[in-house]
Amino acid sequence: MQSQPCRQLPKPRRRGRTIRTLSQLVAATLSLLLVVLGPPPSLAEIGEQDETAPPSPSSGDIATIPIGYLKQEVKKLIPLSRLDVEPEDLGIAGAEIALKDNNTTGKFTKQRFSFEVERVPIGGDPIPALVKLIDSGHHFILVDAPAEILLRLSDAAKGKDVLLFNVRAMDENLRQEDCRANVLHTAPDRAMLADALAQYLVWKRWPRWLVAKGVFPEDKDYLEALRRAAKRFGGTIVEEREYKETPGARRSDTGQLLVQRQMPAFTQGAPSYDVLVVADEHEVFGPYLPYRTWDPRPVAGTAGLKALSWHPAHEQWGATQMQNRFQRFAKRFMLPLDYQAWVAVRTLGESTSRVGSGDFAKVNAFIRSDEFGLAAFKGQKVTFRRWDGQLRQPIIIADAELPVSVSPQEGFLHQHTEVDTLGIDQPESKCKFQ
Amino acid sequence: MAVSAERAAMAIAVVAGLLVAADPAGAYTVYVSNEKGNSITVLDSATLEVLQTIPVGQRPRGIKLTKDGKQLLICASDDDAVQVLDVASGQIVADLPSGPDPEQLNIHPSGSPVYIANEDDNLLTAIDLDGRKVVAEVEVGVEPEGVGVSPDGKTVVVTSETTNMAHFIDTETNEISDNVLVGQRPRYAEFTADGSQLWVTSEVAGVVTVIDAKTRKVIKTIGFDVPGVLPENIQPVGVRVTKDGSKAFVALGPANRVAVVDGKTLEVEKYLLVGQRVWQLAFTPDEALLFVTNGNSNDVSVIDVPSLKVVKSIPVGTAPWGVAISQQ
Repeated sequence: MQSQPCRQLPKPRRRGRTIRTLSQLVAATLSLLLVVLGPPPSLAEIGEQDETAPPSPSSGDIATIPIGYLKQEVKKLIPLSRLDVEPEDLGIAGAEIALKDNNTTGKFTKQRFSFEVERVPIGGDPIPALVKLIDSGHHFILVDAPAEILLRLSDAAKGKDVLLFNVRAMDENLRQEDCRANVLHTAPDRAMLADALAQYLVWKRWPRWLVAKGVFPEDKDYLEALRRAAKRFGGTIVEEREYKETPGARRSDTGQLLVQRQMPAFTQGAPSYDVLVVADEHEVFGPYLPYRTWDPRPVAGTAGLKALSWHPAHEQWGATQMQNRFQRFAKRFMLPLDYQAWVAVRTLGESTSRVGSGDFAKVNAFIRSDEFGLAAFKGQKVTFRRWDGQLRQPIIIADAELPVSVSPQEGFLHQHTEVDTLGIDQPESKCKFQ
Repeated sequence: MAVSAERAAMAIAVVAGLLVAADPAGAYTVYVSNEKGNSITVLDSATLEVLQTIPVGQRPRGIKLTKDGKQLLICASDDDAVQVLDVASGQIVADLPSGPDPEQLNIHPSGSPVYIANEDDNLLTAIDLDGRKVVAEVEVGVEPEGVGVSPDGKTVVVTSETTNMAHFIDTETNEISDNVLVGQRPRYAEFTADGSQLWVTSEVAGVVTVIDAKTRKVIKTIGFDVPGVLPENIQPVGVRVTKDGSKAFVALGPANRVAVVDGKTLEVEKYLLVGQRVWQLAFTPDEALLFVTNGNSNDVSVIDVPSLKVVKSIPVGTAPWGVAISQQ
């Protein structure tokens, strides 16, 4: 639900970025040959052709801070809407624009940031890629991978001077029983997203929810988060209805006609409800629900009105500048994963400029201290929760076109800071860093 | 609401215009940019009435009167232009080549050049006012915003919102001489009248940094604590210091307060409740009144400076942002 809120701009091919074609992605899917032949050229190497890249340091007093990006490719279903195809450089472009921001600042602080991307093909072993980054001096690494891979990487980096940023995985266990001392999370977890949405629905006085759930483990996780949010903020789940179909072909010649009959039937005969909340992260049926429910009701959750860390039409708090800068650079809209990677790289830029050094221990300690705060276009500084390493951030509530609101909502009070009404608060934390 | 206010404004304009002409002493003209209204509201500082509403370009924010007071320079952010408004005729007479999305500007004490922060290009642009030509561009940090000019005209400071620095630039060489780290998202820079200090507001950090303008060292970082207001809602934007340096006024954004800071001790003295989402502020030349813009309540609060009391709220256009006051 985080990755694809909105349509893409057509993305023209960019100079020098030969690894970004679909055919090569397919090639990677079919074969592990790439591993044998060696990894594709990194973006940092390619970036040297870019005239906007900062000049390499000529004098010895410029500190270089290398940042790594490890992306584990995963097999994905084709999205139901062709507007939601995941861009090849999703996340990476967000990190790259933040790198440019850091390097502009670095001109004044005598710091230079370099960037190295390691892409691990589907089914490939991510550990050698991690080792390669660590061995080449990377202490700060963004991880764009599923939860189980993130945990393997965290364990492999244990005891080393390495800090990992989880930019993608939304799994709560990474912040709870499986939390790790060497991981910070810029991706919101499902609890934060469900809480943010629930607060808005309750504020809107739509407290009665019919839940349409899919069959995947992630759907069950999101459903758990919805149940928890309902209990915390005064929502009621009137019924949970499972959509049992497993995904078949995403397109068929019979087209919309069948869907138009299926969705009303699926939502027929429900107890009285205000809003249909969907738990269908793999988009088996969720995007088909708006405008097709038996009763005329709005749709929210993983389809319709969504909770997101970022939205391409978010323009409050100076975000217009960020959107313009990103679109000029990446030739497409900025998506949540881009923002999550941007926050991670900017966290490093902000911290190194404040401590005046790229020293691992100093930077790592500063990020976790009360002094750290990042201006990140959310109307308040974003910081990391001490108890589980989760980024504390307001969450955007939006449909495909426009943001509708930003949570936390008025009236949901907290003894310290309202934004901690979203997600796992300190008293409920099961995290014991190891 | 905006429509009726505008209508009322037009009706009052005729009458008030006569009043002003009859009794000009102590009456200054106050200009307010309405960010969503795409207009400038003109107020009279003596009667506190709206004189006129002038339609301008899209999303007008930072505004500044030229030295001779004849023109108002308007950052029309969504038109990617700085518009030149002829005050006497109420007409836009020219655009300055500002570059994209100008938000704030300032003017050299000699009357030219005009310094404009270009957020999109990480540049400070200096424009010759008469020739309307770019005379210098200085590369600064990410998202430059606030522009302060020292009273002696030798230094211009620009704040960059993502780099979090105040960049000190020599106006003769157009080179950066110092960079001072300040709180997150610095939005506004104001020199004291004696040129000894620079005050910088940081919206996201919720602080004001007072910098020694000579040594370029931070003298103090001032925090704010308003009873009953969450810390994250304290977002300083505009700041003004009295000519004698005794008091500073800081607009605290969604805290809906203007903080009064003692200029000597740098301690907060008082919080004045104003309208919602307070952005910018400006003194009348005699410093008897301070006008502040309230972006979310569509009005301007008027503060009586000697008594530190909010004396009036004047409805203006939609989302008032910038404010400038004539010297006569």
